[in-house]
Amino acid sequence: MDIAIVKYNAGNIYSVDYALKRLGIEPVITADPELLCKADKVIFPGVGHAGSTMNHLKEHKLDELIRNLKQPVLGICLGMQLMCRYSEEGETDCLGIFDTDVKLFIPQKHEDKVPHMGWNALTQVNSALFTEDQENQFVYFVHSYYVPVNEYTAATTGYIQPFSAALHKDNFYATQFHPEKSGRVGEAILKNFLNL
Amino acid sequence: MLAKRIIPCLDIKDGKTVKGINFVNFRDAGDPVELGAQYSRDGADELVYLDITASHEGRKTFTELVKKVAANINIPFTVGGEINELTDVDRLLSAGADKVSINSSALRNPDLIEQIAKNFGSQVCVVAIDANLEEGMWRCYLNGGRIPTEKDLFTWAAEAESLGAGEILFTSMTHDGVKEGYADDTLAQLAGSLHIPVIASGGAGKKEHFRDTFINGKSDAALAASVFHFGEIGIRELKDYLAAEGINVRK
Repeated sequence: MDIAIVKYNAGNIYSVDYALKRLGIEPVITADPELLCKADKVIFPGVGHAGSTMNHLKEHKLDELIRNLKQPVLGICLGMQLMCRYSEEGETDCLGIFDTDVKLFIPQKHEDKVPHMGWNALTQVNSALFTEDQENQFVYFVHSYYVPVNEYTAATTGYIQPFSAALHKDNFYATQFHPEKSGRVGEAILKNFLNL
Repeated sequence: MLAKRIIPCLDIKDGKTVKGINFVNFRDAGDPVELGAQYSRDGADELVYLDITASHEGRKTFTELVKKVAANINIPFTVGGEINELTDVDRLLSAGADKVSINSSALRNPDLIEQIAKNFGSQVCVVAIDANLEEGMWRCYLNGGRIPTEKDLFTWAAEAESLGAGEILFTSMTHDGVKEGYADDTLAQLAGSLHIPVIASGGAGKKEHFRDTFINGKSDAALAASVFHFGEIGIRELKDYLAAEGINVRK
């Protein structure tokens, strides 16, 4: 199976590479349109700033390319947020695959710390990315911006308010959490994606 | 709801774990990757690898170790020790670490916190503080508790937060090694004054101490070394105990 990881100016790409290697997959990390288009599956990870990464994607014409991919695509963390319509982070117009906005967490009480960082539970899982036994399992999050619950929500998590832990529309899947850092639960979710 | 975290800390010298452990069926007790993987299987939420080698060669060895940990372990991990400038941070994050912990270098050069936050984001910057209770003042120390400063814990923690620290790792030198519990009153006061997570360190001796620091100390995470390394407390049994006590932990 050919798995391509989108190479762009975001951090943490190599942890996804390591996670796939632990599953016996040798992914290619590339910005080459041909390699990305012909891969069986594409992973779009990333940690960074929405504004600067979107600019980079546009400059390298990766925005159009990602939008038009036909194979299963998995966005992770910032990757998921960039797949939405608009992000409050740097007031950025994003890829628009999911017609929804990305908002900044606003603490409601002293204990609400931003970023939301650590292990939190998945609820209302409803996509091929998950199996039923993953309901209430913990996964690892690090983020200050969130996607509200919307028609594409494939799992929710509660922090300050319920938000989208995952999204799904057609061939596009995305997780706000880091499956590559989420222990055996994360590994199972990555496997589910690889088996789509 | 966000889970309370249990974090084993591994001291590394020349690429090997320093403290011995009592795990059975262990190929190499000194192998930090193997030990970290075991902790991860037992349910540790994060790991901290602290490089205590103070040499150029040791630094190279440590970076190689970070790469191996990243390749083999599927939970987040923090690295610390000998991080003096941005290039050190870049080197360790590129090797696969999720966060860096800075201590003396931040006290000597607080700008480092701001530089890390700007370049890599606050979430990668853990500021570790060693402090000792002296005549009513929590005095911050440099160089692993060897050199006293004029800084007070609360002032320094607030300054670190305002500069962009993502978490505060507070080790009470007063409680460390005594095994009679964490500095919960002080931790609660710290949690009440900051807006970033606080990791409790120093004083864990039994399971109840973890419960107490999460409830009374308002800690977001609890770090320990020897009770885990010497097998006095198993992480799995600790998590079972905490869950039974009504604390939200990942199982």
